Amino acid sequence: MGRPVLDVRELTKVYGEGDTEIRALDGVSLAVERGEYVAVMGSSGSGKSTLMNILGCLDVPTTGTYLLDGVDVGSLSDAQLALARNRLIGFVFQAFNLIPRTSAVANVELPLAYSGMRAAERRRRAMFSLDLVGLADRAEHEPSRLSGGQQQRVAVARALVTEPALLLADEPTGNLDSHATEDLLAVFDELNAAGRTIVLITHENEVGARADRLITLFDGRVAGDIRQEPSGRHAAAGV
Amino acid sequence: MNFSDILGFALRGIGANKLRSILTMLGILIGVAAVILLVAVGNGSARSVASRIESLGTDTLTVLSTSRAGAGLTMRVADALDDRTVAPAVRSVSPVVSTSATLTYEGAEHEIGSFVGTTPSWFAASNSPVAAGAAFTADDEAQARRVVVIGQTVAAELFPGVDPVGRQVTAGGALFTVVGVLREKSSAGSQDADDTAIAPIGAVRQVLAGYGPLSSILVEAGDPSAVGTAQSQITTILDRRLDADAYRVQSASQLLEARTETAGTFTTLLGAVAAISLLVGGIGITNIMLVTVTERTREIGIRKALGAPRRAILSQFLIEATLLSVIGGGLGVAVAVAVIGSRFPIVGVQPVIVPGSVVLALGVCVLIGLFFGGLPAARAARLRPIDALRYE
Repeated sequence: MGRPVLDVRELTKVYGEGDTEIRALDGVSLAVERGEYVAVMGSSGSGKSTLMNILGCLDVPTTGTYLLDGVDVGSLSDAQLALARNRLIGFVFQAFNLIPRTSAVANVELPLAYSGMRAAERRRRAMFSLDLVGLADRAEHEPSRLSGGQQQRVAVARALVTEPALLLADEPTGNLDSHATEDLLAVFDELNAAGRTIVLITHENEVGARADRLITLFDGRVAGDIRQEPSGRHAAAGV
Repeated sequence: MNFSDILGFALRGIGANKLRSILTMLGILIGVAAVILLVAVGNGSARSVASRIESLGTDTLTVLSTSRAGAGLTMRVADALDDRTVAPAVRSVSPVVSTSATLTYEGAEHEIGSFVGTTPSWFAASNSPVAAGAAFTADDEAQARRVVVIGQTVAAELFPGVDPVGRQVTAGGALFTVVGVLREKSSAGSQDADDTAIAPIGAVRQVLAGYGPLSSILVEAGDPSAVGTAQSQITTILDRRLDADAYRVQSASQLLEARTETAGTFTTLLGAVAAISLLVGGIGITNIMLVTVTERTREIGIRKALGAPRRAILSQFLIEATLLSVIGGGLGVAVAVAVIGSRFPIVGVQPVIVPGSVVLALGVCVLIGLFFGGLPAARAARLRPIDALRYE
């Protein structure tokens, strides 16, 4: 299957010192191959958000190595990390995190702007990406005029626009109702069917069930790693 | 990441909170307008001083007594200076006594700051031509006749709507006949050069000043280039009659130099005071940018998560601060130019704009933006993405 997109070995993350020391991650090792759809589940405090932040190059582990698309992230400089976040990772957050007072299409263009692409090409790709999540007709709307589900789909479009090696989603359905959740998961299903690698964090069982592979964290360790037959995919048949 | 994108982000940041941006710009606007206006006022007053001194004539020397009590300058000293063989460069010598006096005419009273007693040569030497009537003559002077030439201000005060020539005014209990009115002098500032009256020195001493020492002696050189020669010649004469430190010879050009220097100091002082208000405006920018960075910490986190390099965040906030400063500064220049352009005198001085001060003020604005925006921008750029994203 070639080089894994994501390969972490013996990752630990320790907050605080001495008596107040908390081991959020305590030796996590896992590899994700290209085209996989992985759900990471765990109760609150199991370290899944910490893992996500490290995988997204937003935080650094205390010990352990992290190879992203074959590159050792620990050895990267600040500027190289910014480049890695820009080119290799697409991030979807629980709180949507769109830039306020900025149109949907401008939000989607943002990663491309930071990668130095020309305006016309940027706009074309952003529109393509918005079309992919079914929001091309809302391109000029500002986030405050979009529903939660629409905002999250704009965020997905923004995560996709650089064609990253890895799509990371941190509780993407946490702030959505069941209908918007279904819409968003359908988008993920389509993306995975089109070959995208997706790692998402969730504590909802029906969201976890949609993935090919389910990793369970408990107390900062991998407690379970099973491949499963995804259930409830509607879009898969259509792609 | 190209410049126009970052400029767009910065403009959107400024537009996000219009009132706050406008108030911040107002701080810079006031600072810049104050610098330009006050420097223009200083410059204007320097110009008016220079033109007043130049109107005195540049070919004159004034001999002043330095020892207050000493007999110093007398008529005999003045006569000695008027010596064609020892001082050939001197064209005329006018002894001057100056006092204050109250003139009255038909119940109207006017207090004159300088009632001057002198000889007819004074009119030519001090560059004070007579506009109406005539100057008094050498004969009037020899006879100590009570005749007087008045300045425009005095004429306007005592003889509104009446031709003053030929009328009689009372000064110090004696009647003086007005024989002429001086031409209006260019005057600006606190001292009114037209508020004066000139009479024969004999009459003034008799009636008003008494027979004490002279106030000064006005010496006219043949032409401006002979001023230096004339100065050394009269110094030779004076040294024979007076102690070296009992008198002082001042040329108009020296006076001009001294006054220009004073005006320069004055301008610098005004500029410095104005610069403080510009500094306060700059601190306002730092303050607002710090608030902005705190308020938009989450946005900074998002941008960093999307791959914004440190440099892009730094430039975004630096440009935002610099734009605030430069837009405020540009408006400040506009306000200052509009005020000066309306020819509105400020504290009696017609301000004259100094182009350098405009360039300097705008340049300082850019520097203020970069300097005072630097701290908040650096703080924003240093934020760790994870901390910024978690910020509520």
